Amino acid sequence: MNPKRYYPLLQLTASRFREFYREPAAVFWVYGFPLIMAVALGIAFRERPIEKIKVVVREDVGSPEAVAQLKEQLAKDERFEVAGVTGEEWKKRLRSGKTDLVVAPATSGYELWDEPNRTESVLARHAVEATIYKQSATNAPPLDEKHLEEKGNRYIDFLVPGMLGMNLMGGGLWGVGYVLADMRVRKLLKRYLATPMKRRDFLLSVLISRMLFTIPEVLVLLLFGYFVFDVKNQGSLGSLVFLIVFGAACFGGLGLLVASRAKTIETVSGLMNLVMLPMYIVSGVFFSSERFPDVVQPIIKLLPLTAMNDALRGVMLEGKSLDELGRELLVLAVWGLIPFAVALKIFRWR
Amino acid sequence: MPTAIRCRQLTKTYAGRPPVEAVRGLNLEVRTGECFGLLGPNGAGKTTTMEILEGLLDPTEGQVEVLDLRWESDADAIRRRIGISLQETRLSDKLTVREVVTIFRSFYPSGLDPAEAIARVSLEEKARSYVVKLSGGQKQRLAVACAIVGDPELLFLDEPTTGLDPQSRRQLWDIINKFRQSGRTVLLTTHYMDEAERLCDRVAVVDRGEVIAVGTPSELIARLGGQHVIDFTLAAGQTPPIEEFAGLPSVTASRVDAGQFGLTVAEPHVALPALLRQLQQAGRELATLTTRHATLEDVFVNLTGRHLRDNE
Repeated sequence: MNPKRYYPLLQLTASRFREFYREPAAVFWVYGFPLIMAVALGIAFRERPIEKIKVVVREDVGSPEAVAQLKEQLAKDERFEVAGVTGEEWKKRLRSGKTDLVVAPATSGYELWDEPNRTESVLARHAVEATIYKQSATNAPPLDEKHLEEKGNRYIDFLVPGMLGMNLMGGGLWGVGYVLADMRVRKLLKRYLATPMKRRDFLLSVLISRMLFTIPEVLVLLLFGYFVFDVKNQGSLGSLVFLIVFGAACFGGLGLLVASRAKTIETVSGLMNLVMLPMYIVSGVFFSSERFPDVVQPIIKLLPLTAMNDALRGVMLEGKSLDELGRELLVLAVWGLIPFAVALKIFRWR
Repeated sequence: MPTAIRCRQLTKTYAGRPPVEAVRGLNLEVRTGECFGLLGPNGAGKTTTMEILEGLLDPTEGQVEVLDLRWESDADAIRRRIGISLQETRLSDKLTVREVVTIFRSFYPSGLDPAEAIARVSLEEKARSYVVKLSGGQKQRLAVACAIVGDPELLFLDEPTTGLDPQSRRQLWDIINKFRQSGRTVLLTTHYMDEAERLCDRVAVVDRGEVIAVGTPSELIARLGGQHVIDFTLAAGQTPPIEEFAGLPSVTASRVDAGQFGLTVAEPHVALPALLRQLQQAGRELATLTTRHATLEDVFVNLTGRHLRDNE
């Protein structure tokens, strides 16, 4: 007969790829859109640079030595932005908020002028007091000021794993559910069924192509986060990769179930929104799911996207290992396997 | 003579209120190597019958044998040996003709080279084109290429030329004829009379889920009792009862439909003068008069009193 061999699984999977990358709009929505969202949110919630405390020193009061000493003392603290003024200028500056605090040498020590109605002014006073006392009290216990400035607790660090989870869910449901419903509407499923094609090959090809599509999707988001916002993975890369593949498979199973009976695109779109929208809100994509009341927490914790996001954040932000994420993985596995098994039973081919 | 398809007392009832009896007690025998046509109006049960024979639907009752095998026990074996073109399948827009045919080829353990299947439907020039760029006729030929790429012994074509222009229809007829000439069997459905007459060795006229006549197109026409038809209308919309003309010499069948009279006659040279005389005596005025050869359309109208494409 024919010496050439044809592999149905390969052919079906390849066709999924071709259909995808030949549709530029689809490529944009899958890869471009999440990026734009990450940029927008990243910029909106970026860290503000630490504002300096503006302190003014009156230069025409006291001896020039005292002024110089005062300036020198203040300059040692990087938080202060020190300037000198003469005459009545200092009052105007303090009143208009251009300066937080005015300092002037006095007969013994210093005069501190604040504006008690402004928090910044009061804070500035405390800061200057602290600095001066620290430097002058020789027998005071040494105080060492520390600042928590670790990467990993910014909003963007919280956001990137959430977007990753959201993408995995959206990709799984749309990439599997929509594709299958569309093929059913086009009677392509029925046409395939009329051939000796193995159903297993077909469903596998849909799931495999879904998993493969996930790779660039996830890479784009992670690399973007890394290079633009310096979002790092605190855990092991292996754990992260495992989680992503595991999550993609789980949501693929859910997508299969959503699409298993739907006869029209409208039905499947409605079902998918029904599944996804509540989770977008409660599962901690954009803000922590813990903001919801305690009563509903057990339910929220059982949702697949919550488990996905918690697990991703556990690895990326807290550097947890997979065996510390047993609960989340179990929730995901249950949400992946049961729908998959049910979908296979009730799948409508024609 | 060996048979490719045999079905007895086939019924298919769709659940509902009221239940729809799409097929009721249909008997059919398609011989190996022939091109067999299921002819009937929309909703006659042709597609339901086809899909049962193709193993896509389960019959409510009745027995089906395809290539001497049964769907219940030998589904895979049958699928490997048949080729199918459904009434409407939208293949993936952004795949090329060659890619689509190759996917289908991969499902069969043996078959044609995809390029060969594409050549058989004369789509070589379009092999690298996306499906979305094809015309209706080309898409239909691609569907046939997918149906024959597994090198089937039996080909099912559901309304292969519906909605196509005359040239595209002729191209498809050529493809189907060539396939049949290689000794294989074709079962097709159509509601085009000329298509059935041109393509089919035998046809079954299907109406309301039953076969109401089977035979070669010429046998069926001959069964009318006459090979000719006289069509006429009267001036000023007169519609005298058809009985006025039914008894004329050589008339074997008569009908009237919306003012259009049709007489099936064996010998026009006998019937025509008699008709004209009759009209003259009754003082009626002719508006139009034509004579033509009888077609399968006349067979259908005679059997059912309705036109094949009534409900379009």
